[in-house]
Formats: sequence, structure tokens, C-alpha cells
Amino acid sequence: MNRFTLIWRNLWRKPIRTVFTMLAVLVVFFLFTLLEGLRIAFSFSETSPELEERLMSSHKVSLIMMLPVAYQTRIQRLPGIAAVSHATWFGAHYQDYPEFGQFPVEAEQYLALYPEITLPEAQREAWLENRTGAIVGRPLANQYGWKVGDRVPMQTGIWIRNNGSNVWEFDIEGIFDDEGGGMNASSMLFHYKYFDEARAGGKGTVGWYIARGDGSVPLDRLVASIDGEFANSPAETKTKTEAAFAQEYAKQFGNIGLIVTAILTAVVFMILLVTGHTMAQSVRERIHEMGVLKTLGFTSRGIFSMTVAEGLLLVLPAGLLAMALGVATLNVVAGVMGSMFPGGLSIGLYSMALGAGLMLAIALGSVVPPVVRALRLDIVALLRST
Amino acid sequence: MAEEFIRLTDVSKNYRKGRETVRVLDRIDLNIGEGDFVGLMGPSGSGKTTLLNLLGGLDKPSTGEVRVGGEAISGLSHGQLTRWRSQNVGFIFQFYNLLPVLTAARNVALPLLLTSLSGARRKKHVNTALQLVGLADRASHYPRELSGGQEQRVAIARAIVSDPPILLCDEPTGDLDRATADEIMELLGRLNSDFGKTIIMVTHDPRAASFAHRVLHLDKGELSKAPAELH
Repeated sequence: MNRFTLIWRNLWRKPIRTVFTMLAVLVVFFLFTLLEGLRIAFSFSETSPELEERLMSSHKVSLIMMLPVAYQTRIQRLPGIAAVSHATWFGAHYQDYPEFGQFPVEAEQYLALYPEITLPEAQREAWLENRTGAIVGRPLANQYGWKVGDRVPMQTGIWIRNNGSNVWEFDIEGIFDDEGGGMNASSMLFHYKYFDEARAGGKGTVGWYIARGDGSVPLDRLVASIDGEFANSPAETKTKTEAAFAQEYAKQFGNIGLIVTAILTAVVFMILLVTGHTMAQSVRERIHEMGVLKTLGFTSRGIFSMTVAEGLLLVLPAGLLAMALGVATLNVVAGVMGSMFPGGLSIGLYSMALGAGLMLAIALGSVVPPVVRALRLDIVALLRST
Repeated sequence: MAEEFIRLTDVSKNYRKGRETVRVLDRIDLNIGEGDFVGLMGPSGSGKTTLLNLLGGLDKPSTGEVRVGGEAISGLSHGQLTRWRSQNVGFIFQFYNLLPVLTAARNVALPLLLTSLSGARRKKHVNTALQLVGLADRASHYPRELSGGQEQRVAIARAIVSDPPILLCDEPTGDLDRATADEIMELLGRLNSDFGKTIIMVTHDPRAASFAHRVLHLDKGELSKAPAELH
């Protein structure tokens, strides 16, 4: 018999109540972890400097409308432009999996514009030499189990081939990493030349241009310069920084983040009330026993410590287990459908610390007020209470 | 009477009830010798339990002084009183006040958690106390599995396990049938005669009071002038 025995026995005074409270804590912190993972996945708060420096020019009417390939030369000739390339939305599916980003690009120019894309030199060379070659982001390769040398068929509803088929085959020549926070991390890149030659329609057009200035002209003037170049043409452009483009893309998910945060707050608040009520009730039931313990010589501080320890035991193990299960679940989901989450699907130290802080707040917020109120009474009053 | 052990000098206790001040004990002077067995009787509201609380350091007098073993406990802080209680007083209540989540042995062990005794020594003390009250075979039973008399015996074992010199009993037989009450009183009598415990017992029961060496009568907060000597 030691103090822990007393704490432990008090914790299990009403086993069903304790189990249900622990289950409630388990559920809320499991949800908390999943929702934190989703919140992070749908937030693009961190943008790399490259995103601020690159310009994206798409059709003024809509991103889905194409621009002539000839614009590349005209943009390249504008004062202050250092490099320009282009990409196009391919919009294909692999087997029955959801759509992800695939872009036909000019390999060398594109890689030069995106230094944050890194892959082994041998793989880069192999890709450049293979007309039907492609490189894929690591999350995508992990999700589909692709490895270098695989030949993968992609089915697109947008681009029909010259032979009438909508199935395009690509050789995986490389797997790249991209820590830049842009759109490429979970995408497939392949050769525009192969794409343009093999597609039945839309030849000689591209989806959007990517340009980088040489620093001699301010970005806002470059933007005006590019859009001015194509003003009053059949295909006017709308240019913005890639960071602004990414933010607009993120806005589609912005409301999800807001809703997730609201739900999270409501759920945590509800569980705080439920746990708080349970713990407060448990303390109220024991006011008389606190009087007995004080009569026997236990100090108020000792009783307070034991009751707080009981609250922590009720919340922390269940909460930490829930977060571990949540992280494991996020890992499984990321492995299966990671490409759907451009921001990645995991939680960091901040979320873990936030979770631990919430656990402490729930445990202490539930226990401290009733026990302090009880211990403020003198022993005679405690013993009189029933 | 044996050597003076507990001394109350001009002790009064007032409580505030709204704007009113109620005097529960009025200028009590009392000497209790070491190894004495004192019964406290009186009608409800006469201040018996309040007096017991002052003797046990659960409460402080409004005026006057309480000395135990030469030490003025009425001047001690709450923290000092808490430590003093754990070393000097065992409490026995009418409704036993055992913790329902602990077995008999663990209830008895509670006061020992405040000592520096090793686990093995604590266990030995608990076994001794349970043997003394005749409940060694009920050590692993929970209070709900014991009769009222057995629960009171466990409470007595808890009161004596740390070997305090004073036992304070508040209606220890108030919830028991006659035969069981007699057993409990005999046990308290043995603790007094064989182990020299100083016992002060509040009771309404004249039969229980007959086990005491002397009985003090309280009425409206005042001790009767001529307490009866019973033994």
C-alpha cells in the first residue's frame, strides 16, 4: 500500500464511469490528431522564396483555356525575363485511383526553373533520354508502389491520342523530392514533346507559362509587361506570382480548415465539459473522505496532489494513446492516398505539444477547481458533508 | 487520577451563524490524566463533538488554551496540527469512515503512509493491529463485505496502527446493536487497560459510558460541576 494505490483505487471507484470517460478522451484526441493532420494538409502557409520569385501566366478567362506555345518566345524576349517554360494540366487517372497532378513539361527548362526538385543525376539523364519517360514525386511513388523502370498506363478524359485511345503509357525514370511547398511534390512530370506529338487535338498549345526574372525589373512591372504583351489578343494572359497562385488554390481549401478548426474546438470544449463534470462529481462524492484523510493527518497539499494525479491518470494515457493511434492512421492514409494532400499528411511537434497542452488543460481544469473548493473547507465542515 | 496529560484552560468556542455569534463551549476547564478513559455525555447540541474536535486538534478554540503532554496545541498552525494529529491521536467515528475503495488492511495502513516506515514494516504493523481487533482473517475484505461491528473494529485498528497515545471516539457504538456495542467497548477497555491509551469518548449510551473511568456531562456548552466517578 502506497499513495499510488490510493490514487489508483480512487480512479477505479466507479469503473464504468472511468472507462467511458477514458473512451471519450480517446475519441476526442484521436479526432484531434486526424483533424490537425487535415488542417496542416490543407494549409499552404509556408511558401518557399522560389514561389515568390516565379511568375505564372495563364489564360485571362480561365486556367482550363489554353495558350499558344508561341507565347514562350515572346515572353522570353521581354526585358527582365531570365527564363521561361510551360506546363499543361493532363488530368489522368491511374487505375481507379483519384486524379492527381500530371504535367507535360519541357524537361530541362522546367527543372532549371524548379531547383527545389531534386533527383539523382542518373535518373535525370535517363528521363531526358527517354521520350515516354516520366519522373514522379516521392509521395506518389510511395502511394502507388511505383519504382524506377515501371511502365504505368494513365487514362485521361481530356487528351485523346492520335490513334483514338485515351490511355497513355509512361516509363518511370526517376523519383524526385520537392521540399519547396509547391504543386510538384505529389505530381508526375513527362515530356511535352511526346504529349504534343501524340495528342489528337490542341496541338501547339500549353496550359500556362512559368517565368523567372533576372532581377533587373521589379516583379510587378514584369507582370504588367507580360500581360501587356498579349493584351487585346484572342488569348489574353493573367499573370501572378506562383505564391499568389498557390494561395488562390489554397483558398479552395481555406474553408475546410476553418470548419475543421470550428469542429475541433467544439469537440474539445464538449469533452472538457463532460470530463470536467465527471471529475467534479467524483471529487464532490469524496468531500467527506477528504475530511477523514485530513483527520488522519494528510495535508491539504497531499490530498490535492493525489487528486490531480488521478485526473492526469484519467486523461493522459488515453489521450497519448489516441494521438499515437491518430499518427499511425495518418501514416496509413498518407501511404494510400498521400497525393491528395499537397501539404503532406502528418502532424508536427507543434500539434503534439498542442495536444499535450489540451490534455493537461482538461485534466487540471476538471480537477483543480472542485478540489480547491473542497479543501478550503475546514475539517469539521468536510466531515459533516455527506 | 493519573498524571495530568490533557489540560483545557478557560476554553470557549464560538461559531458565527449569519450575523449571530453562537457560543458552543463556554469557559471549559478540564484535566485528563494519561491513561484515563473519559466519557462525555450530554444532550444533542451540548458541544460534545466540538469539545472532542478541540481535544483532537481538528478545530481551535476561540479563547483559552488546550495543552496536550505539555504542548499548547491551540497555538499550533494548521500544518503543525496536521502533523501533531498524525502522531498523537487516533479517531474512531460513529459511522466508521472507512474508505470504500480500500480493503480492510489498506484502510488500516492509511495513517502509516504519513510515516517513513518501509513497506514491510507497514505491513507488519497492519497485521498486528488487525490481530489485536480480531480481524486478521478479514484483511482483504472491502468495507461493504464486513458487518457494522467488523467495520468499527477495522476503524479501531486504523486508529491504533501508528500507536498514538490518545484515542478520540465519537459515538463509537451509536450504529451498532447491543452485543456488538459491548464487544467494541470491551476492545476499547483493553486498549486503555493493556496498552495505556488515553481515551475520550462521546456517547449518548449510558451502558457504553459505564466502561469509562469517569463521565463528564456537558449541557449548553458547560461542563457539569460534579462529574460522576464510575469506576
